Amino acid sequence: MKLDSMYQDVILDHYKNPHGRGLRNGDAEVHHTNPTCGDEITLRVRLDGDTIEDVSYEGQGCSISQASASVLNELLVGKELAEARRIQETFLELMQSKGRAEPDDAMEEVLEDAIAFAGVSKYPARVKCALLSWMAWKDATAQALGETAGGKTA
Amino acid sequence: MTQLPGLLDTEAIRKDFPILDRVVHDGQRLVYLDNAATSQKPRQVLDVLNDYYERSNANVHRGVHVLAEEATALYEGARDKVAAFINAPSRDEVIFTKNASESLNLVANMLGWADEPYRVDQDTEIVITEMEHHSNIVPWQLLSQRTGAKLKWFGLTDDGRLDLSEMERVITEKTKVVSFVLVSNILGTVNPVEAIVRRAQDVGALVVIDASQAAPHMTLDVQALQADFVAFTGHKMCGPTGIGVLWGRQELLEDLPPFLGGGEMIETVSMHSSTYAPAPHKFEAGTPPIAQAVGLGAAVDYLTSIGMDNITRHEHALTHYAVGRLLEVPDLRIIGPTTADERGATISFTLGDIHPHDVGQVLDEQGIAVRVGHHCARPVCLRYGIPATTRASFYLYSTPAEVDALVEGLEHVRNFFG
Repeated sequence: MKLDSMYQDVILDHYKNPHGRGLRNGDAEVHHTNPTCGDEITLRVRLDGDTIEDVSYEGQGCSISQASASVLNELLVGKELAEARRIQETFLELMQSKGRAEPDDAMEEVLEDAIAFAGVSKYPARVKCALLSWMAWKDATAQALGETAGGKTA
Repeated sequence: MTQLPGLLDTEAIRKDFPILDRVVHDGQRLVYLDNAATSQKPRQVLDVLNDYYERSNANVHRGVHVLAEEATALYEGARDKVAAFINAPSRDEVIFTKNASESLNLVANMLGWADEPYRVDQDTEIVITEMEHHSNIVPWQLLSQRTGAKLKWFGLTDDGRLDLSEMERVITEKTKVVSFVLVSNILGTVNPVEAIVRRAQDVGALVVIDASQAAPHMTLDVQALQADFVAFTGHKMCGPTGIGVLWGRQELLEDLPPFLGGGEMIETVSMHSSTYAPAPHKFEAGTPPIAQAVGLGAAVDYLTSIGMDNITRHEHALTHYAVGRLLEVPDLRIIGPTTADERGATISFTLGDIHPHDVGQVLDEQGIAVRVGHHCARPVCLRYGIPATTRASFYLYSTPAEVDALVEGLEHVRNFFG
């Protein structure tokens, strides 16, 4: 069934058993929403120099948005910022591929569990769900680094 | 097959709607339960649209050639049909807009620019309800912000109805306008018009009714409603998109100022000033949605041929059946009235902790089209402490078998995420 290419077991596992959920201390906090479906996330980033010490979050929403936040936590915590940005950009590229991307080994090595979201990219209405936490992370990181003023809720 | 008293001959009706034969996702028969978002269109409407463009297309009210006269007659003929459909005292009270949102914005702007006694300003109040579609909230928020008028609203009871217990505190001598929905697009609730209108009339406030979810499903009699303005849209009632209606009482339309200026709406224009055409043209600046109005006229003919009372009876029987069947589904909570009384054929629900987006996606894979989200009525979701709902909404072609398909589909959803 086609649906199974969206709801991969990996995604359902992250949805049912999320990693790193809950809000902890952070250098910056953002709140992002997906107005079309009401997904919401509050996300904090804590940095130690160039290393991501923690990404904590609390939110509500569909399995895709919640699983995506869990995968993000698993992938980015402990990474150097440059590496994390590369992962974020690769994930963005995958999600914007409209289902046409053929994930290769190199991409899979970068994205690990996040490669399971390849199927979601075929569903335009759900791409925003998958990207919600990643956009929040990008925004929070920019704020933690003092690159932008706070308060964005888009 | 389940037989219920009051059902229409859906087998015959469904033959009028080519799209209902569609098969999606490799062999799933389409089960279209998103009628509150938009209805499907019968061949009778599609043919009229096509004929219009193939035979009579021209601009209206300005040419002297054959096509211009035909187009004008068809466009104005649609106005006659709509006027009869809603029992308007005069055809000149029917203004064509592009949708119900534009109709409601038009009223809000007429009042914002009006002189006394209609003027909305900082010493006055506007009343709406917590169950409004965003299209009947935001225009009033804008008017409130621009004029300083205070925006107030009726809250909701736990069972999905308007809380009118403090009627006299909400609608006061300061109230200039009361705007509310006749049938909720998210809860399905049919609101008690008479009680609200009586109080509004007592304090001299104008009454605006959003009938978007009523016009497709029940007899709409603007005189019986005793409102001052009634707004609805064409595409939810078998018509095309891009055409809406604002009905307004004639004396108000004469007194109130235009909002959009342009061609069509004028009498004479000089470089210094202009005078305006009488209503409804005063409120129809620019080339109107001509084909769409003609299509709406055909939709009105179609619905009238079936009979609005028959449609209401059909949907009531189906809603009664659907509410009963849905309540059999474990962990399903209906958001709104849990009986078929004083409610329309729109049923919102939550299913345990499964997010509506996931519910809708797994249903879609089975060919079942529902709406998920906050349905442009986010305050309702906030009121009931939920992020979103799944909404199934029925129409004259919906069948008990489709209700059964939905219930089976929901069982599949529960197994998938269970």
